[in-house]
Amino acid sequence: MQTRTPALIDHTTGIQAQDVHAWFDRLHALRGISMTVPERKVTAVIGPSGCGKSTFLRCINRMHELVPEARVSGRVLLGQENVYDEAADPVLVRRRIGMVFQKANPFPTMSIYNNVAAGLTLAGERDRRKVEQIVEQSLRAAALWDEVKDRLHKPGTSLSGGQQQRLCIARALAVSPEVLLMDEPASALDPASTLRIEELARELANDITIVIVTHNMQQAARVSDFTGFFLDGELIEYGPTNDLFTKPRDRRTEDYITGRFG
Amino acid sequence: MTREAFERELHRLKDDVVQMGERAGEAIHRAVEALRTRDVAAAEQVIAEDDAIDALHMDLEQRCMRLLATQQPMAGDLRTIASVFAITIDLERMADHAEGISRAVKRLGTEPLVKPLVDIPKMEAQIQEMVRDMLDAVRAQDPRLARQAAAKDDVVDELRNRVLHDLLGIMIKDPQTIPRALELLIVARHLERAADHITNVCERVVYMVTGELRELNV
Repeated sequence: MQTRTPALIDHTTGIQAQDVHAWFDRLHALRGISMTVPERKVTAVIGPSGCGKSTFLRCINRMHELVPEARVSGRVLLGQENVYDEAADPVLVRRRIGMVFQKANPFPTMSIYNNVAAGLTLAGERDRRKVEQIVEQSLRAAALWDEVKDRLHKPGTSLSGGQQQRLCIARALAVSPEVLLMDEPASALDPASTLRIEELARELANDITIVIVTHNMQQAARVSDFTGFFLDGELIEYGPTNDLFTKPRDRRTEDYITGRFG
Repeated sequence: MTREAFERELHRLKDDVVQMGERAGEAIHRAVEALRTRDVAAAEQVIAEDDAIDALHMDLEQRCMRLLATQQPMAGDLRTIASVFAITIDLERMADHAEGISRAVKRLGTEPLVKPLVDIPKMEAQIQEMVRDMLDAVRAQDPRLARQAAAKDDVVDELRNRVLHDLLGIMIKDPQTIPRALELLIVARHLERAADHITNVCERVVYMVTGELRELNV
């Protein structure tokens, strides 16, 4: 069990999506998503390819708008604040709502240490002792410290795939996010590394809010407290994971999770 | 296993549960019939055939395990497999009660019964009705029929109490009858337990279809 890192637990909150629509040029990818993601829980988003689940994730931390011709409407509340408020700073939003992706993407020229410290340095942190402390805390929280503590200055890319993914999680945690978005974080990993990421997601949810997009239904069932099923840009069903996977209310959810389509 | 093969296997599981249920019901019928006709050979046959029902149970259980391990079933599929798994245990126990009745028939041998058989055949008839409804409920995936079958358990319990009452009276009046009276009491107890297992199966049918897991007839 990794030690809790106080820096990560002093503030956290849930998310409320209110009538979120998203477009890629003229493609209407999300059609009015409203859902409340409870704080300090793991919420899974499932659905077939192209259903809008990753787009939804990228709307939460304002990454969708980085795509040329992409648009968003609606509100995403982080606590009480609308991340789409005119006064909201997208860079700050992305610091509060971190993200890890399907493929681990450590900065290729940087050491393990510098990968984790990168966000802090960008944010203007100059106190070396403090940076060292946060790097260690973040690597511990990402369940990676024991494996890398003796080679912190080796390249991040020298790690295995599973370790690289945990390095990316440590990098995201270093700036003390309130929410961590995970977009198929284990889909390129072997079963053992996958389980480590899942355990990590569960453990992190003691401190922060986790939203995980996954194609792996068993993963959603294992790791999450709540699950939302997306189809054609709509949220079809959302509820406690146990209910959704044992007695879904909507026929389309049943058909999807039992493999009858998608 | 392809999706189609998986679907076929799910259907086969339900078909085989029905077949196992028919055999368990038949075993109960033949055991009570052996008592009625005092046919020790027929009772021995029921005992011998219990192995085949045990084998069906093992086979179904293994197939459920294989599907759980290889198909990662969800929702209705998961409920079906989990229910079949539980149902086969109850059906196997039901057949064990038929075996228990048959053993009582053997112990009684040709000794005269302490009273005419009235309520025990009624219990058996009631159980056969429950089995029919239960199997129809599995075939039609009909929770209403399952609840209807389970509701009949009260009648079986009532009849068993009557048997107990009558036999107590006989035993008090003439302690010489105790060993033979006890055998009939054992038979009534086996029948009452068999009906309880049918109720359990009905609970699983309701769960399989609706996702609602509740005790019926408490």
